[in-house]
Amino acid sequence: MDLSLPVIHIQSIYPQMILVLFAIIVVILPLFVHNLKRELLALISVVGLVLAYFSLINLWGQNLTGFNGMIVGDNFSIAFSIIFLVGAFLAVLLSLNTVENEYLNYSDFYSMLLFALVGLLMMVSSTNLLVIFIGLEILSISLYVLAGIRKMRVDSIEASLKYFLLGAFATGFLLYGIALLYGASGSIDLVEIGKYIQANGFSGTFILAGAAMLLIGLSFKAAFVPFHMWTPDVYQGAPTPVTAFMSAGVKGAALAVLLRFVWTIAPLSKADWTIAIWIIAFLTMTVGNVVAIAQSNVKRMLAYSSIAHAGYLLVGVLAGSQLGQASIMYYLLVYTMMNLGAFGVISYLGNSNKQENLNLRDYRGLGFKHPFAGLAMAIFMFSLAGVPPTGGFVGKFYLFNSAIQAGYLWLVIFGVMNSVISAYYYLRVVVNLYMHEPEKEVAVPKASLGLSFALLIAMVAVLQMGIMSSSYFEFFRQAVIAMP
Amino acid sequence: MLDYVWLVPLFPLLGVIFNTIFGWKLKEKVVGIIGSTTIGLSLLVSILLLLDLLKLPEHHKIFELTLFKWIAAGSFAAEIGFQIDPLSVIMMLVVTGVSFVIHIYSIGYMHGDRGFNRFFIFMNLFVFAMLLLVMANNFLLMFVGWEGVGLCSYLLIGFWYEDNNNADAGKKAFIVNRIGDFGFLLGIFLIFTTFGTIDFTDVFHKAAVNFHVGDGTMVAIALLLFIGAVGKSAQLPLYVWLPDAMAGPTPVSALIHAATMVTAGVYMIARTNVIYTLAPAALMVVAIVGALTAIYAATIGITQFDIKKVLAYSTISQIGYMILACGVGAYSAGIFHLMTHAFFKACLFLGAGSVMHAMSNNTDIRIMGGLRKYMPATFWTFLLATLAISGIPGFSGFFSKDEILWQSFSSSYGNFWLWILGAVAAGITAFYMFRLVFVTFYGKLRADEEIARHVHESPKTMTVSLWILAGLSVIGGFIGIPAIFGGGNRFEHFLEPVFEKSAAIRESAMAVHGYAVEQGHSLEWTLMGIVFAIVLLGIGLAYLMYIKKTDLPGLVSRRIKPVYQLVFNKYYVDEIYNALVVQPIKNVSDYLLWKFVDVKLIDGTVNGTGYLVRFAGRSLRTIQTGFVQNYALVFILGVVLLLLYVVFI
Amino acid sequence: MVGELVPILVLLAVAVVIVAGIIGLTHLFGPKHPDPVKLSPYESGMEPVGEARTRFSIRFYIIAMLFVLFDIEVVFFYPWAVVFKKLLSMGSFILIEMLVFVGLLLVGYLYAWKKGALEWD
Repeated sequence: MDLSLPVIHIQSIYPQMILVLFAIIVVILPLFVHNLKRELLALISVVGLVLAYFSLINLWGQNLTGFNGMIVGDNFSIAFSIIFLVGAFLAVLLSLNTVENEYLNYSDFYSMLLFALVGLLMMVSSTNLLVIFIGLEILSISLYVLAGIRKMRVDSIEASLKYFLLGAFATGFLLYGIALLYGASGSIDLVEIGKYIQANGFSGTFILAGAAMLLIGLSFKAAFVPFHMWTPDVYQGAPTPVTAFMSAGVKGAALAVLLRFVWTIAPLSKADWTIAIWIIAFLTMTVGNVVAIAQSNVKRMLAYSSIAHAGYLLVGVLAGSQLGQASIMYYLLVYTMMNLGAFGVISYLGNSNKQENLNLRDYRGLGFKHPFAGLAMAIFMFSLAGVPPTGGFVGKFYLFNSAIQAGYLWLVIFGVMNSVISAYYYLRVVVNLYMHEPEKEVAVPKASLGLSFALLIAMVAVLQMGIMSSSYFEFFRQAVIAMP
Repeated sequence: MLDYVWLVPLFPLLGVIFNTIFGWKLKEKVVGIIGSTTIGLSLLVSILLLLDLLKLPEHHKIFELTLFKWIAAGSFAAEIGFQIDPLSVIMMLVVTGVSFVIHIYSIGYMHGDRGFNRFFIFMNLFVFAMLLLVMANNFLLMFVGWEGVGLCSYLLIGFWYEDNNNADAGKKAFIVNRIGDFGFLLGIFLIFTTFGTIDFTDVFHKAAVNFHVGDGTMVAIALLLFIGAVGKSAQLPLYVWLPDAMAGPTPVSALIHAATMVTAGVYMIARTNVIYTLAPAALMVVAIVGALTAIYAATIGITQFDIKKVLAYSTISQIGYMILACGVGAYSAGIFHLMTHAFFKACLFLGAGSVMHAMSNNTDIRIMGGLRKYMPATFWTFLLATLAISGIPGFSGFFSKDEILWQSFSSSYGNFWLWILGAVAAGITAFYMFRLVFVTFYGKLRADEEIARHVHESPKTMTVSLWILAGLSVIGGFIGIPAIFGGGNRFEHFLEPVFEKSAAIRESAMAVHGYAVEQGHSLEWTLMGIVFAIVLLGIGLAYLMYIKKTDLPGLVSRRIKPVYQLVFNKYYVDEIYNALVVQPIKNVSDYLLWKFVDVKLIDGTVNGTGYLVRFAGRSLRTIQTGFVQNYALVFILGVVLLLLYVVFI
Repeated sequence: MVGELVPILVLLAVAVVIVAGIIGLTHLFGPKHPDPVKLSPYESGMEPVGEARTRFSIRFYIIAMLFVLFDIEVVFFYPWAVVFKKLLSMGSFILIEMLVFVGLLLVGYLYAWKKGALEWD
């Protein structure tokens, strides 16, 4: 037996290592030091996020591969990782506004959040299907816990259990897909599988079924129709900061893997394959938006809206170009900002000891009572609806532009129609905030500093990305995967 | 000065920011002064820009300034940049000028409203967005302004959101507008895929060079853009939101829903004149829609009793004229009418606001009457503006309307039928406007004691604004006196560089077809005479119906009979007239056009679409049972379908 | 081929002999005071016969999870131990790797301990 150590390049996983370390600190420290304030734990988590951010920036442009090719530190993974870091950062800030003791244990919360982040980073920084799978599992298990972290609430537990059951179900398909691809091509590395397909064509039952299964597994995570059924229940039941983090992060990671997959494995030249994605994108946009109209619970409405947004993002995948990739990253960043911002306002206005004020009616007249939160919500809603000059508009523009250049005119037309529909329910929130008299006295405690800060960041970012988008877009254009 | 053009939109934006942050704590007066001053400064800069532009050589009256790159994706690039040429300067002057006056008026009008600060923030924001719209040097930035004014309009219509109707009206406006915006956006997409750029100068240059008249793509682009114009400018069949939009405060109706925003469609067509000139088929659609809207809305105006509704339908009708002008290729005439209309219609609305102020916010003209005595300033300014809108020679409306009617007959795109529609609409306009004046300001006050006691002239800030606008309504037309009066039409001449490409295209097209446009002055005089006669007929009829017959019993025993009997008699005479003359027309306009076409057909379609989407949403929602088993079932269904599809097909 | 299987066969035989021997010896020498509880088959403390849907303490799960966790870890030690000497000659990486692994385990153990998962009450 001949053994040799592979090339490791340990620095390629510094970000993940830092995050794991801080996750451990956050979970262990309170065991030995009692009565730690959650603000301190949040601070420690933020320090970890900042350090991870700098180690990511450090990797930028180096194109490191570590662990014998299992870890790929290309710009693509770094760009996605940064987006996830931003999302986690905002989620940490949002969590400071929840009612004291609602989660029973804040150290668990922050450490699970950081572990979920590690999972996300693993998923995007590998082309090896098994590493991707492990990342996915780290992410999923953390999220199952996070979804149910309000142990005393039935809906939270229900969300957690549903997510777990269906998640396990979907994971099975993903794993099966990996197995089929391995069986057909003899490799679990996307690049190798890509080479096999280049040589033998994108055909054969194993390859096709494997690819489809992989798509199914990822579709579940990204909440594409018809694999989206869990989304509303889970998003509604999970604590708001978790929902916010999930909606942006998980979607992003699934899309990143899908992009790598599409880019290296399945050249979108095979017409049937493209049509399948076309249909999924169309359904996802339409179902998300149409059902969102019928919702009166704001959180549930945003859950459906997040399905719709997954559809918009899939349009960028379909474009199959580097322009499409950069557009997806851009939109994902905007989406992270506006969606976490919107959820932030929800967690602020719904922050009451007895019950959450999540019905649209509860929002009546709150715009004037809480001018800052009202303004922020209005901006996020306009951005989600894609009204200029917000980032949501520019992001949609980039996405649709890339699809048009790839020749998907009709899908874009449907997309634009969808965003017209979506304006209806987003603006309904604004209408309720500003154009109705309050029906009942809604007690809203003072916003925590962290939440105000998060809202401010998100608001400025959404506007800035809408007005001065090109610098962001140039950054993401450097992060696309090179032509195979 | 031209390098400082960015100051123009900056000032209102600063006003928005300042009042958003500090306005809540400041006194009304300070907020109002800040709001107005910022617009005043923009007006000042715009005037200086005009002077600079006049100094530039004849055919180079254009100036572009790029602030920074906004969006850059592949071959696509959009800038934040401004284009200053005669057209945009005129629009800037109209926007800043009229809104400056209206802002001053609002200080008095909105006095004591608890949303005072909010009002000024939205108004400043509106001016900012409108300035972006008219100053943009590319389609995307124009679209941003386009959406921005829509948003402000929506916010201001629902300004008094406590009343559910107002909020609904705001929503309706926004939704109907989105239909138009959809067309506009598709038009921009098509422009980009056709020309590979969205910069005005490049697009128009490429269009003029690479495409010839009648090209299918040009027609498609022109029609898509026109859908946007139809929505924003409240033309058939998307006009339904505008009458409802009167729910907003009156200064808003004056500024946004009469003078500026609703005319954005006209501006847009004039701006893209090259594309329209290349698409005669689209021009024909534009002209027909414009002419039909002009007469359609005018007939509805007769039947309304709400002072603001009458003015709203009148606005729709007048914009119809502008669209008609664009449709017959007389872009500068359209812009000319846009300008004069901004003056007199703003004046009318502010006058209506003043009347409402006096009448304890009642808008029903049936309880008004005789207000001439109580509020002379309002009466005189309202009368001057009415004379202008009716097209009495010498007033501003006459010159612009006459120009449009003449062009709709004589232009190579025009014909007799367009002219007759316009001419009849002019007569109806005169009729309903004078009806409004007579019923509101003449006769006796019909309001109850409580209201009557409070009737008073409005404060100085309001009447000053009225006088300024009335003055402009009178003299505003003199800058564009047509050649027939020996005026040489300075206005058209000033705008010429903007439309020179179109003119060249038309000339070359006509050279091919050998079409002669020259028509004699004598024909123009004749047509003008006919129109004037129709207008006089309208006024006479109004006089007969609302003054003369009311006084008929009074001729016998004028000051003897009690007041109530006079009122009763008037009512009686109205009935007879209704049955004999008005009713047939009214029936058509009221039951067929208004109640059926307007309320049922068009409203119904709009609401029906919304209902359909909501219905779909509700039914899809029932799939979401909450049971994990069902979720897994749907999942598996998806799996099976996808696998079947990918593997076997 | 067959020769390679011989040691496994031997191992199998040894296992059978040892297990049979121990059971036989306890049967011979063990004291016998039978009662119904003692006579029932061992099921980790549960009633062996009865309804399948009974409630039982959630602590069983925690114990079981801890067991699985710490038991499985040993499986990871084994392949590591096999190549340990060979790879140690190339540097201390292999040692550090396992220390990290054990460290993580230790963190889990600490957590379980401090959270009271190791105590029944």
